[in-house]
Amino acid sequence: MAKKTFEIALKQLEEIVREMESGDLSLEQAVKKYETGITHSKYCLDILEKTEKKITQLTRGNDGSMKEEPFDNE
Amino acid sequence: MKTAAKNNGHMYTVSTLTREIKFLLEERFPFLWVIGEISNYATPASGHSYFSLKDTNAVISCVMFKNQKRGLKFQPESGMKIVGLARISLYEPRGSYQLIFEHMEPEGVGSLQVAFEQLKKKLASQGLFEDVHKKPIPFLSSKINVITSGTGAAVRDIIHVAARRFSGCHLQIVPVKVQGDTAKDEIAKAIETVNLASKKADLIILARGGGSIEDLAAFNSELVARAIFESKIPIITGVGHETDFTIADFVADRRAPTPSAAAELALVDKSALIQRITQLRASLVHGMGQKINFFQQKLDDLNLRLKSPDRIIDDLKNRIEECDQRMKRTLKTRVRHNKERVSWLQKTLETRTPLVNIREHKRQVDRLSASLGKGMEGRLFVWKTKTREMGVKLCAFNPISVLDRGYSIARILPGKKILMDAADADLDDKIELVLSKGRLVTRVEKK
Repeated sequence: MAKKTFEIALKQLEEIVREMESGDLSLEQAVKKYETGITHSKYCLDILEKTEKKITQLTRGNDGSMKEEPFDNE
Repeated sequence: MKTAAKNNGHMYTVSTLTREIKFLLEERFPFLWVIGEISNYATPASGHSYFSLKDTNAVISCVMFKNQKRGLKFQPESGMKIVGLARISLYEPRGSYQLIFEHMEPEGVGSLQVAFEQLKKKLASQGLFEDVHKKPIPFLSSKINVITSGTGAAVRDIIHVAARRFSGCHLQIVPVKVQGDTAKDEIAKAIETVNLASKKADLIILARGGGSIEDLAAFNSELVARAIFESKIPIITGVGHETDFTIADFVADRRAPTPSAAAELALVDKSALIQRITQLRASLVHGMGQKINFFQQKLDDLNLRLKSPDRIIDDLKNRIEECDQRMKRTLKTRVRHNKERVSWLQKTLETRTPLVNIREHKRQVDRLSASLGKGMEGRLFVWKTKTREMGVKLCAFNPISVLDRGYSIARILPGKKILMDAADADLDDKIELVLSKGRLVTRVEKK
């Protein structure tokens, strides 16, 4: 469910930036939001950086069992 | 005439005649193409279909047997105009003839098109296309199943788009036949299989390149439609070209016009996303900086406005000083004013002094007191003379003067009651005798 929290984190980050720019926050609130925002942005970027390319192929053998192997399209 | 008929003509029984007519008909029309509109279409339990074929002027009874119906790509129904291959047959027990259909096609449009419309209507009425069943497409899938031909352009396009937009995503290709008789079974099976996988994908892309309606038949099949509907994993379809809509598209959670477009819908643009987050982060830092500046400024401002107690005390001192001054000034004015008033009153008073009157009254009082003194002296002299005369007169009546002449007064003791009668005294009573000079106490000795 990492992608679910990714989306939530991104939405919250956007919301925090909007609140920060609208400017009715107290200093304490602003600091708290800032920390949350930075955490979220780091979290989102980390997830995006960590993923690695992978293409596989799922096939079913004659006996009905499934096997996964690298997919070669070329 | 009758005799002639009997002699020259051949005599038929009903059966032979009917048989001959049947023979004639069936020989004359072994197979024929016929066009008309179906009416009274009915399929009893036997599975054979009975109906009439008509045009504006005539009507023929028809039948199509179960075995022939299997080959149909659409479902015939009343009101439908068809072109069909049939042979004519006469049903001897009832003497009626009918068309036995081997095959039929909807007139005008192709049978696949009709089948498409029919299935679409059926599935729609069962709610398979409704939005409530549409699952949301994950924002960021970490694994996507691609169900398509393992060799076509579609899979290459998808891999290409995926690499461009989000290279990190795990694409798991599930190769299937996308056309031909087994295609629908393979596709349905593939959807079912990936739903059962232990490490499930977040999303399925069901794709195929463009083709004729025959080529896309599998994607218009009820089997595939139901498999898509049953899938727990959201499905994006990307079948054919822009304008092709398949049944699969209607059931899918999201429809893309092409395989490439499906991949674009399935995957966010990673670089754009990173850019967006970086931007947000910069906005956040900038916003925080501004916030701090704002508070710093506010603080400075407040600091300036914050008075030290010394200044407050000075202010107060000044105020007190000023009040003091004003008070003194006011007091002075008051005093001067009052003084003036007093002196004015004094002057007024002086002009109206009662001293003159007082002196006058005093003289009168003196005068009156003097006459009062004189009056009193005169009166006193009169009274003195009178008193002296009275005294002389009084002396003549004084009992003491009687005593001087030798009388005494006897008074019984105690009580000092003057004794006038001897009976009033008892033996041994004490009697006081008042003489001219002194007194004696005596006792009654004899009576």
